[in-house]
Amino acid sequence: MVAVVAMSLLSTQLLSKNYAGLQAVSNVSFELPEGQVRALIGPNGAGKTTFVGMLSGRIASTSGTVIFDGKDVTTLPAHKRMSMGMAYTFQITSVFAKLSVHENVALAARRVVQGGNAAVNQRVLEVLNKVNLADRYEQIAGDLSYGHQRLLEIGMGLAQKPRLFILDEPTQGLAESEIDDFVELIAELSEDTTILLIEHNMDVVMRTADYITVLNFGSVLAEGTPDEIRANESVQAAYLGNG
Amino acid sequence: MEFGPYLFIASLEGAITAAVLALTAVGLSIVFGIMRVVNVAHGEFFMLGAVIAWWVTSMITAHPALGFVAALIVAPLLVGLLAIVSDHLVLRRINYDPERTIVATIGLLYVIQQTTLMTFGPEARPVEAPFNKRIALPWFELGENGFVLTWPWGLSTTTYKLAVIAAAIVILLILWLVMSRTRLGLIMRATQLDSEMAQAHGIHVDKVYALVFGLGAGLAALGAVLIVPIQQAHYLMGGDPLLLSFIVVIIGGLGSVAGTIVAAVLIGMSDGIISVFFTPTLAKIIATLLVAFVLVFRPQGLFGKPER
Amino acid sequence: MNNSMRSFALHLFVLAILVVLFFTVSEYHSGNLARILVLSVYAMGYNLLFGYTGLLSLGHALFFASGMYGLGLAMQHLGTPAAPAMLVGLISAFVVSAVIGFLALRTSGVAFMIVTLMFAQAGYLTILLAGKYTRGDEGFVIPQADRAIGSIDLSQSDTRYFAALILFAVCFLFIGWLVQTRFGKTLVAIRENPERARMLGYDIQRHKLLAVIISGTLSGAAGAAYALLFGYAGATFSTVQYSIYPLLWVLLGGAGTTIGPLIGAIFMTYLIDISSEYTNAYMLIAGLALIFLTLFAPHGLAGVLRKKWLPWLP
Repeated sequence: MVAVVAMSLLSTQLLSKNYAGLQAVSNVSFELPEGQVRALIGPNGAGKTTFVGMLSGRIASTSGTVIFDGKDVTTLPAHKRMSMGMAYTFQITSVFAKLSVHENVALAARRVVQGGNAAVNQRVLEVLNKVNLADRYEQIAGDLSYGHQRLLEIGMGLAQKPRLFILDEPTQGLAESEIDDFVELIAELSEDTTILLIEHNMDVVMRTADYITVLNFGSVLAEGTPDEIRANESVQAAYLGNG
Repeated sequence: MEFGPYLFIASLEGAITAAVLALTAVGLSIVFGIMRVVNVAHGEFFMLGAVIAWWVTSMITAHPALGFVAALIVAPLLVGLLAIVSDHLVLRRINYDPERTIVATIGLLYVIQQTTLMTFGPEARPVEAPFNKRIALPWFELGENGFVLTWPWGLSTTTYKLAVIAAAIVILLILWLVMSRTRLGLIMRATQLDSEMAQAHGIHVDKVYALVFGLGAGLAALGAVLIVPIQQAHYLMGGDPLLLSFIVVIIGGLGSVAGTIVAAVLIGMSDGIISVFFTPTLAKIIATLLVAFVLVFRPQGLFGKPER
Repeated sequence: MNNSMRSFALHLFVLAILVVLFFTVSEYHSGNLARILVLSVYAMGYNLLFGYTGLLSLGHALFFASGMYGLGLAMQHLGTPAAPAMLVGLISAFVVSAVIGFLALRTSGVAFMIVTLMFAQAGYLTILLAGKYTRGDEGFVIPQADRAIGSIDLSQSDTRYFAALILFAVCFLFIGWLVQTRFGKTLVAIRENPERARMLGYDIQRHKLLAVIISGTLSGAAGAAYALLFGYAGATFSTVQYSIYPLLWVLLGGAGTTIGPLIGAIFMTYLIDISSEYTNAYMLIAGLALIFLTLFAPHGLAGVLRKKWLPWLP
């Protein structure tokens, strides 16, 4: 295990968040090795979104530390963490609704792609092809269907070429066929990206994740491979049983 | 006059400013508190109150008191009605979007002000006070034989000025009773807390908003009717009350009626007293900068609690 | 022809029309137009912040006045020649907008509007307070003899028009270029969805501050040019009314379009010009325009153009 700790792309130590006396996340210590696809699961209100919010810098932590790529980023603002190689997709779809699909992805790409407009355009087209939105690049993002907006959101994450990609419930609202495409996309992406996935769809979790962390009442309930988690009785009691 | 009595007079004048300011600012404050919009035309509702008061008193000339009492009733009602109409025609249609409301009420400001200029004209017109007996005020002085009661020359006020202060207190008390003890007040407070929830419980939020907007404007008009025998009606008189109301509402904590009243007293009194020490322009600069810095560094107001 | 070429062509076309107009309209109108061109620069500065970044300031008169008094006071009291005085105007607008931006950007939405309003009001009152130098409301005239750069006399109607046009052209092309850059597109992203822009890794505060500074400095350039070309600086230009004007022009012409500020300034100036022949209550028109624009055409004239016919309009 020591070796794994040393190679962690992201880790937290005793990370906590207090909302006016309510302990949303308490003392979570967490290690995410480089290259892994990790799923974060747990019942509603378990603190998953708050936890990844603290990882990405959207939410300030009450105590504890976040270490990304060997550096303490606990007090760094979100945009600096993003420029260190994180990308984040929102649980509630948040695209630039009045701008075109192309411009949405271009905004994500422009910060990371070197070179002029041509290089950005090339990156945008690559990404749009990956998420199957290439034929809609001129459309206004707000006019897209909900499922397409989710794909666009994922595309905006991809365009940043992140080292750590945090996705908050990416398959929510996707159709069956789109979910299959998504699982494929994650598999392809996992070759050079570390992925942290909040996911309710257990089928997606089992198909994509290398390793699973279960949160319950703001604390880590269990960690293990999909098989281990499936077999874990306390997880079944807390979550899978009534899932 | 010596310094002591001079300061006394200044604070008395300050108390009158504070009384009228409290009425005007509370009007702005409840509109902001309940509807979450900033009404930039608030000063013009104040001005209209004064202009209508002139108009009513110049029509009813039998006795100054008669015309004035009529103005006290007619002006707030008419101004309130105009506000309700503007709420209906403009604010409701832009869904009370905060920024668009500011732009629209700036428009309303010009429309009201310029229409008044076209009809009422550019002159300042006086309104006679219903009663106006000058009363001399005593002052205590530490002489050789202990405190002596003296009547320094020039240390005086009028019965009307004292009545303005009393009237403002009475009106604010009534408002407080309405807000805290009646069903109407309950509905307003429910709407303030959560307008969607209120809607779900069968409250006609649209009507509450129209009423609140009318009430806010009416309070400004009432303040103006009270002050107009001291200050004269003029089409540009809305600027200062607007600015001062802003200052008061922000320092008191946006939307807090109690904070607004405390701040009105503070600002009104200090406006009177500061002008003893500084030029009025410098006093205004200090006040506007104070507001700006309060918003920048303490957005909950000087007396408000930070949000969670 | 792609969009950025079309847009460049449009900008050149507008400038060409403005050149032609000088030779075809009467001296009265070309004088008006010179004034409008300078005010359009003010409106373009305002538009960068309001139209592109989504920040509604009610205190831009402070920046306009910073430029105006920077130039005016330097010429009046220090005897600075016109060209370096222009630089003084630009620098003072730059410094004032940096300070105000730094402070006011700690707030947002309605609080931002009120904070900018209050700072501008404090600025106006300060100009009155310093009446010894500024001559307050009355203002001061910059002598005709001083209003020259080198041997070019800027008080003549033709040189004045072309000086205004050159300033306008520089700012117009600059804004046209700026909004196509990464920086300009990021401003639009911040306007549309600041939280998303932040989570794409953009430093929102830095971008907003830069936008305030560029916007304020352009407004200051307009103020300085106004004083230089028309020979007068007065406290009126720092009142709330002069903060409302650019908002009005931009709303009327079309927020978030490069051409909108010019269209809005032309229309509104002529509306007020014509109505003031009939009544002294000419601001009534401005009031009605503000209300109708918020109600029925929040995207202004150029917004309508863009929606109906020219989707590529920059």
